[in-house]
Amino acid sequence: MVNAAPTKKVSTRKYTWAHIRKDFRQNKALFVMLIPTIAFFVIFCYMPMGGLLMAFEDYKPNLGILGSKFVGLDNFKDFFTSIYCVRVIRNTIILSLLQICIEFPFTILFALLLNELGSQKYKRTVQTISYMPNFISTVVVAGIIVDFCSSDGAITSIIALFTGSNTNLLSIPGYWRPIYVISDLWQGVGFGSIIYVAALAGIDKSLYEAAEIDGANRFQRIIHITVPGIMGTIMIMLILRIGQMLSVGYEKTILLYNPQVYETADIISSFTYRKGLQEFDYGYSTAVSLFNSVINLVLLVAANAFSRKFTESGLF
Amino acid sequence: MVKNKSFGSRLFDGINILFFAIVIVACIMPVWHVVCASFSDASWVLNQTGIIWRISGFNVNGYTLVFQNNSIWSGFANTILYVVANTVLGMLFIVMGAYALSRKSFLWANPIMLAISFTMLFSGGMITSYIIVTQTLNMYDSRWAVILPTCMNAFYLIIVRTAMQTVPDSLIESAELDGAGQFTILFKIVLPLIKATLATVILYIIVGNWNSWFNAMIYLRTRSKFPLQLILREILITATDTASTSGNIDSSSVSGELTLYRQLIKYCTIVVSTVPMFVFYPFVQKYFESGVMIGAIKG
Repeated sequence: MVNAAPTKKVSTRKYTWAHIRKDFRQNKALFVMLIPTIAFFVIFCYMPMGGLLMAFEDYKPNLGILGSKFVGLDNFKDFFTSIYCVRVIRNTIILSLLQICIEFPFTILFALLLNELGSQKYKRTVQTISYMPNFISTVVVAGIIVDFCSSDGAITSIIALFTGSNTNLLSIPGYWRPIYVISDLWQGVGFGSIIYVAALAGIDKSLYEAAEIDGANRFQRIIHITVPGIMGTIMIMLILRIGQMLSVGYEKTILLYNPQVYETADIISSFTYRKGLQEFDYGYSTAVSLFNSVINLVLLVAANAFSRKFTESGLF
Repeated sequence: MVKNKSFGSRLFDGINILFFAIVIVACIMPVWHVVCASFSDASWVLNQTGIIWRISGFNVNGYTLVFQNNSIWSGFANTILYVVANTVLGMLFIVMGAYALSRKSFLWANPIMLAISFTMLFSGGMITSYIIVTQTLNMYDSRWAVILPTCMNAFYLIIVRTAMQTVPDSLIESAELDGAGQFTILFKIVLPLIKATLATVILYIIVGNWNSWFNAMIYLRTRSKFPLQLILREILITATDTASTSGNIDSSSVSGELTLYRQLIKYCTIVVSTVPMFVFYPFVQKYFESGVMIGAIKG
């Protein structure tokens, strides 16, 4: 979609030498305006891409990217044969699937139920309040989680009623995923529902009236008008979400995890961070990161192709 | 629109209203807990195990301690600096770049746009960016490392460019005929026409920067340069000994007192750091909603 706008007559845009010179003369000011943009994307986006060469090197900071020893695929071999490989990929996929299976439908359900509220004032209030957690910083959310899950925290004491043990929940691998997903729900469902609420507002009201005259009850109207009305939006969101399967955000994980819960908590991005920026194994962690980026790209392109085919719209 | 509601429909309405009441409580509850605890008596808070629903022994001792902490003040000052620098610099770069790339007469607009869009699909990743910033640019422990790498991104650039493409060509062409330079056209004609989009993008940049901590954590070492979120992280999460929790609080305080206040200080810092965002939020909520829509249209 990015380049979807067919803005110019193609015939006037030939990249001949004469054209390039004329364009440069006419648009000097535009070139000046573009300098920061080009500099930014070259330095902070394309140079790191070039830096991916490190994935094939035994990178030493004092030797630099071009001076370090080339080791071929050794870093990748190290990763794929290590015990961490299966663990971090598994954890990433499970967390992603949980998000898709729980957060995704819950957000839609939230929007559908919100749409059924009779009072606009109440609806507005619910929206304002449920968007709010989205603006609380990850650090503060993590801080609240630490507090609630500590050995004398609010959630721990509720759980202790059933299990009888007052252990810090963040030190028990089994609790990691529920904590992660529930806090995600708390923070994201309200704000995530905006897009569906907007799609719902776009449904033709006369359809409901017609259905009512035809004798459809409320639930039939929801199933046969409301849900199909936002199906396009749901499909696009789902496909894009699947395209981001292996790019689970690392911020909350890095803030909250500890060696006791690596078994369930450690994901590809947190592993990359730990190996690279805490243990300074640059080449190795770049290899892991490159592997992740490539899979992401493949998934995204595949999801987009799928989306184009079935919903006739996509990201690019 | 429905005149005679069936019993089932009424029941559904009732349950639905109740459901959202629970949602509201669930959204507010953690925040309420923190706020109540922050104004309560320190030893009472320390002995509570469940949710705190009310204030007990109202006092502002925790806040007094928090505001005595120089790290909090320097954190605030740094955050404001980073937010302002990022927003001003970023927006300046974005509007100039987006304008050049929105001009139909510009030969290189599409190829450059393609190259920029590609950065949304594939990136060098955390480690290589770190190496570029610290080794190549030599910005380790420099404030620029927090400001520059995040001041632009492809997404905002595309949103602004798309908005600029809706400005009628004839308007720009007639200004050109009148002898206006490109900078004049951009700042006097184009920007006033896309104010709503600019406001939305600016708000997203501000919130994103106010809440960000990761780049500051990996690039900064000197405490006096830390933004608020990084100080918060220390106080809320990584603090293991009382000394680092209390920061610069008067060193004559006995450690028992610090343990007593540690919990209270956590709550107070959460409130202090989050209040600016919440005060600001209700006024700009509609921009955030429209932001989601703009973002959705562009993918």
